[in-house]
Amino acid sequence: MTAALRVTDLSKTFEMKGGLFGKDKPGVRAVHPLTLEIQEGETLGIVGESGCGKSTLARMLVGLLPPSTGTIEIDGAALDNADPAVFGKRIQYVFQDPISSLNPRKTIRQIMEAPLKLLHGMDQKQRAERIAEIFATVSLREEFLERYPHEFSGGQAQRIGIARALAAEARILILDEPVSALDVSVQAQVLNLLADLKARLGLTYLFISHDLAVVEAVSDRIAVLYFGAVVELGRAEDVFRAPRHPYTKLLADSAPVVGRDLTAPEGRETELPDPLNPPPGCAFAARCPRAQARCREEVPGLGEFADGGHMAACFFPLEEGA
Amino acid sequence: MSAFLKLLARNRLALGGLIVMGIVVLLAILTPVLPLADPDVTNTADRFQPPFSGAGLLGTDHLGRDLLSRLMWGTRLSLAVGFAAALLAATIGAAIGIVAGFYGGRTDNIIMRGVDMLMAFPYILLALAIVAALGPGLMNALIAVAAVNIPFFARNIRGITVGIAHKEFVDAAKLSGMSNARIILTEILPNVIPVIVIAMSTTIGWMILETAGLSFLGLGSQPPQADLGSMLGEARSALISNPHTSVVPGLMILVIVMAINLLGDGVRDALDPRLKSGALNRPLPATLVAKDRKPAPEHAPGILTMSGLETQFHVKDRVYRAVGGVDLAVKPGEALGIIGESGSGKSVTALSVMGLVASPPGLITNGSVRYEGTDLVGAPYETLRSMRGRAVAYIFQDPLATLHPLYKVGDQLIEAIAAHRRIGRDEGRKKAVELLEAVRIPNAKSRVDNYPHEMSGGMRQRVGIAMALANDPEVIIADEPTTALDVTVQAQILSLLDDLRRDRGLAIIFITHDFGVVGQLCDRVAVMYAGRIVEEGPTRAVLDAPQHPYTARLIACVPELGQGKRRLEAIPGLPPVVDKLPEGCAFADRCDRVHADCRRGHIPLDGSGGRKVRCLYPVNLREAAE
Repeated sequence: MTAALRVTDLSKTFEMKGGLFGKDKPGVRAVHPLTLEIQEGETLGIVGESGCGKSTLARMLVGLLPPSTGTIEIDGAALDNADPAVFGKRIQYVFQDPISSLNPRKTIRQIMEAPLKLLHGMDQKQRAERIAEIFATVSLREEFLERYPHEFSGGQAQRIGIARALAAEARILILDEPVSALDVSVQAQVLNLLADLKARLGLTYLFISHDLAVVEAVSDRIAVLYFGAVVELGRAEDVFRAPRHPYTKLLADSAPVVGRDLTAPEGRETELPDPLNPPPGCAFAARCPRAQARCREEVPGLGEFADGGHMAACFFPLEEGA
Repeated sequence: MSAFLKLLARNRLALGGLIVMGIVVLLAILTPVLPLADPDVTNTADRFQPPFSGAGLLGTDHLGRDLLSRLMWGTRLSLAVGFAAALLAATIGAAIGIVAGFYGGRTDNIIMRGVDMLMAFPYILLALAIVAALGPGLMNALIAVAAVNIPFFARNIRGITVGIAHKEFVDAAKLSGMSNARIILTEILPNVIPVIVIAMSTTIGWMILETAGLSFLGLGSQPPQADLGSMLGEARSALISNPHTSVVPGLMILVIVMAINLLGDGVRDALDPRLKSGALNRPLPATLVAKDRKPAPEHAPGILTMSGLETQFHVKDRVYRAVGGVDLAVKPGEALGIIGESGSGKSVTALSVMGLVASPPGLITNGSVRYEGTDLVGAPYETLRSMRGRAVAYIFQDPLATLHPLYKVGDQLIEAIAAHRRIGRDEGRKKAVELLEAVRIPNAKSRVDNYPHEMSGGMRQRVGIAMALANDPEVIIADEPTTALDVTVQAQILSLLDDLRRDRGLAIIFITHDFGVVGQLCDRVAVMYAGRIVEEGPTRAVLDAPQHPYTARLIACVPELGQGKRRLEAIPGLPPVVDKLPEGCAFADRCDRVHADCRRGHIPLDGSGGRKVRCLYPVNLREAAE
């Protein structure tokens, strides 16, 4: 099996300008060097809380943000992020806020035509045919084409966003919180549509979300991101059932579940690490009940614990079923 | 467009401006075909004839030229130059602003510093310098006036563009393969044009004045050509002896500028998106109550009860029934959950309690809200105000939006207390620290001096809760208080609320869309759909054996952690819009158990022992009976 998407040592540091006369300060490291592979036809879920770097990662992958270091390979060929028009044909992006990702002053047809015209150079007739085909695929009615974005509900707008991503005919879709702005009954409609499209068109997904249950329900594998680094990676059914990294366990215990008693899973004094002044060792050490001296001095790598495909960046991983 | 004209016409002054401006522009356009004397023919024998004296309607000037004719031609010229200058300044200024705002970084820096330098000169000096360099003449005056006004447009448009350039649809356009030039022209420009129009409509009068000023100084139109400024300039020497020669063009300038400014303000108000949605007036301090409201008897005991509560929004000819007859009651120490999707009316229900629904367009049309037996619907504003925060307090979704960014959190807490009783500086501070400790903020003594932006989202929401506790209320209404928070923080906030109600005997009404949250915190839950409660009961009973098909299927939609990869249940279709509610059951169109009688008449919320459902063919009845 070939890797559809491979990133090697990809990182992003946001520079901090020290003003006209000041010295430049050390930057904020939003994403630490990160190496990942997504197989063709796979859905890799990326889960993490706000500020963990998941959106920065996504924007780098689609070329909207130049990485500080590292390379991105699609189907074995390296990509440079210079030209979004080249990028756009190979990898596409579905945005979190479906309404604001559609220009309020354009009709849906104008929005749908842009990628067909600019990426694939289709003429008027070909475009009309292709749009009809795509709309049928995502079960949207063609009469929507002459309307403006504000006339649609969130779920419909997200279908249009997906249709636009499909129009580019990219094989890889980055889905950045695609359902978090939607109501649950509509959320399921969109998730099922994504699953159908994947099966029918042989797509590869990178699915980013803060909702653990949603990520678990759609992914083959899950990567847990904390403070800009992957702390755990494994098969979807294992990661939350038998977490090895203490942070993953904290996440799983915090998710509200019907029938579980209300107890705050961690003490009240916890504050997140400061990105301007990162701790020297493991970023989670200050919140971790298992932290020892070594954790505060050394940064654990993702290979620290490995059991088949299940990996965790922890010196003292949890036992299976702990 | 017709909506825009309607909004404009509602503003009387703007309408007046529009009419006056229309007449002036029409006359200016018709000037060449009107039977007027030649404006430039001199007749020194008839100089300084007063108005209505036989030599022209408005008399003659110092060279005996017909004043009426000169006024008309002059107005025509002044208007044309003013419009042209505004158009020129707007085009160039907007182009500069869009380029600077879109590219940002160094491009932005260089362009905007150049604009700043242009702005550093006093504008009339700059205009004089430009005319001095180019030589006098109407064309050069036009260029000078336009150049002087470019910075105003550039800065205005740049600010708007920066906001738009970071919107997601611009990123999406990039991924569609658009070049930057195309993005600027087809994505950004259509979104800034309303702002350009607003800026133009408010500056055009100013530009006419400036052009007149330059002509007055002899730098604009050259004799014998008449424009309003040069007419004034030429009449200056006869100001005392023959005032009519200067009064006539002066009045015309006054009329034009006044009319344009009134019209411009009207255009701005009509185009401003914030004002578009509703009336131009601000909401009343308490929600309006319909005159024919029928109070409803108390249907159940509780510290806070809502009976038959109906709240509607009247927008133009449409009536949105946001809340269509809600009965709810909460007892001290009890946590009641209201669950529903967006648009189900759960937030409007909560806001109706203390008359906080924005009016207009909100209107409570029926029913009662009782606090300890007293009906609050239709109560005087002073009564409501004294109860807000003291009897019933609210916690909102976004703590960043509810806290004032410029005041320390401690001062905001003290202010909340001071709204209900006199409190000294030291006592207030002590109480603020106590409150922060009560919501388990570490280092409360130093945190009390923090500004909201210095705190994390979870800490800010704790301050929001502390503020709700400030006056020891009996009831707290929490509207999605954890939706904006991360799961680890959400867990902490929920357990805090749970402790508070156990320790203080608070009644909590908790509004959410999350079954997991309701399942953990609430004793009872009410499910809302299209403005009505469709199911109500003890939380465990409702979640384990939902009776309304909507509840059952909504629960099935929610993925639960620990079940692995799978297909999710979905409910096809969308909820009905509350201005076009169907007869009978609002869920009928999406329901797979629908019968013909589901679409007829009123379906009551039926049941016993606190377990109620609004359905003719409920599910899970057998389990419930056991």
